[in-house]
Amino acid sequence: MEKLPFERPFIKKVSTGLPAKFGSKKRIEVIPDIEGIPVSHLMADYGSPLFVLSESTIRKTIREARSAFSTRYPKVQFAWSYKTNYLDAVCRIFHQEGSWAEVVSAFEYEKAILNGVPGTRIIFNGPEKSPSILEKAIMNNSLIHIDHFDELYALMELSRKLERKPRVAIRINLDAGIYPQWDRFGFNFENGEAWEAINRILLSGLFDLAGLHTHIGTYITTPSAYRTATAKLASLMVEIQHKYNHTIGYIDVGGGFASKNTLRGSYLQGYDAAPSFDEYADAITSALINSQIKPEHLPLLILETGRALVDDAGSLLTTVSANKRLSNGHRAVIIDAGVNLLFTAFWYDHNVAPTTMNTDNTEETTIYGPLCMNIDVIRPAVILPPVKKGDHLVIQRVGAYNMTQWLQFISMRPSVVLIDINNKPHIIRKAETVETIRQQEQIPEHLQ
Amino acid sequence: MIRLHKNVALSDSGYVFDPATGESYTLNPIGLEIVQMLRQNMTDDEIQGRILDRYQVDASSLERYYMDFIGSLVQFELADNE
Ligand SMILES: Cc1ncc(COP(=O)(O)O)c(C=O)c1O
Repeated sequence: MEKLPFERPFIKKVSTGLPAKFGSKKRIEVIPDIEGIPVSHLMADYGSPLFVLSESTIRKTIREARSAFSTRYPKVQFAWSYKTNYLDAVCRIFHQEGSWAEVVSAFEYEKAILNGVPGTRIIFNGPEKSPSILEKAIMNNSLIHIDHFDELYALMELSRKLERKPRVAIRINLDAGIYPQWDRFGFNFENGEAWEAINRILLSGLFDLAGLHTHIGTYITTPSAYRTATAKLASLMVEIQHKYNHTIGYIDVGGGFASKNTLRGSYLQGYDAAPSFDEYADAITSALINSQIKPEHLPLLILETGRALVDDAGSLLTTVSANKRLSNGHRAVIIDAGVNLLFTAFWYDHNVAPTTMNTDNTEETTIYGPLCMNIDVIRPAVILPPVKKGDHLVIQRVGAYNMTQWLQFISMRPSVVLIDINNKPHIIRKAETVETIRQQEQIPEHLQ
Repeated sequence: MIRLHKNVALSDSGYVFDPATGESYTLNPIGLEIVQMLRQNMTDDEIQGRILDRYQVDASSLERYYMDFIGSLVQFELADNE
């Protein structure tokens, strides 16, 4: 007689009273493949754990975002926020799609240049820019976003020394009605600091004041905050026009759109909570169109959207290494990827999906990574079929911030594979080896 | 030897009710088979032998999952490990 497939035996408490947060029978999504390539094949070819990015999803998402804005406003420009994911292959997809580069360090600036982005299409943000990289940015006519008065004075000196007029904008922090207010960056709007900076810039005659910039925060779920922020920048633009007869070329409203991930502990699933690109676009463009800016002066609208453009395109493929019952009776599984690779596990309840499901039975499980630390929790409570050692789990929407904030801690970082639009996989970052890490080290003679 | 508590009620669909605590539970089909065998006072070895005959699983994996399952029954106070 043919033997039956085996499923781990289990017993589960039926909770009475209030239904669990997940409802009684939530349908579990099964992800057998990524862009048509079976998860098991990808892992056999490239190892486990493995980051996989979908080029089609990236292109589809940026096109969707662009169309939300360009159908509502005549001049729109996206600038790819490098810190979100600066793997060169990913940046180049965005550049092919017409995005400029938004960078916040010398390292990112150099990367953008090496990716072939013309200097004039690099937006240079951030509170720490060294004189040498500023000099380079000035010579390349990049857009330098001034963060504080010390930087303004440093730029004045460089401008005199190089006899060039740097193209600049100022970063402005403002009260957009949301908490927390990111007032650590830029010049404050409400207390007049931003207006003072603008006056010093324009009175000095040393600069080409090209734009006004703000970045109100990240994972902002209220489009109206953007309406408020944009309206404030527009009012400054009108005052500048009035006092100096100087037309500001662009307004840059930064990044911050929510992705479809669920914030940790949030009752609403991210898919339901995150506003659409249309809703953000409506808030921002209507604030510009309804402002006092004269139609012939309407500025270029720049967006530095990061996570909302790339989160969905990334998956982390993992393998179950052990199954446990905790002392309180709860189930737990240990997988081969920890929070060192999945930094966003600290903020998100990432969706975790099995690659097969041939049972109706599910149980609430905590997913731990392999690090020897208590903080290594990938998901506190997720509903899964009973998984066994060796099974694969797919962690979804990991494209933003993980492949830049990952830590080389305890183990090495795995390969990243991009699946192109013809469903062909390419390694875009090789797995680290012991040699990769050791190459950076030097052993003093007395220890050799 | 594992002993299932006497008054634990068990349905054919795998629904378990413990009148001592008022808690109820569900079992998956293999879990149900094991509990039914426990009820017939079969020993651990007999039960595992029966499962090995019927399912695609090797003895060492089964033993691991079996002991884990028994641990849950004890934890929920549905059985005693004597
Ligand atoms: C100046 C600036 N622009 C853009 C972004 C991208 O933000 P997000 O990924 O939330 O869209 C950030 C992120 O912190 C930022 O600091």
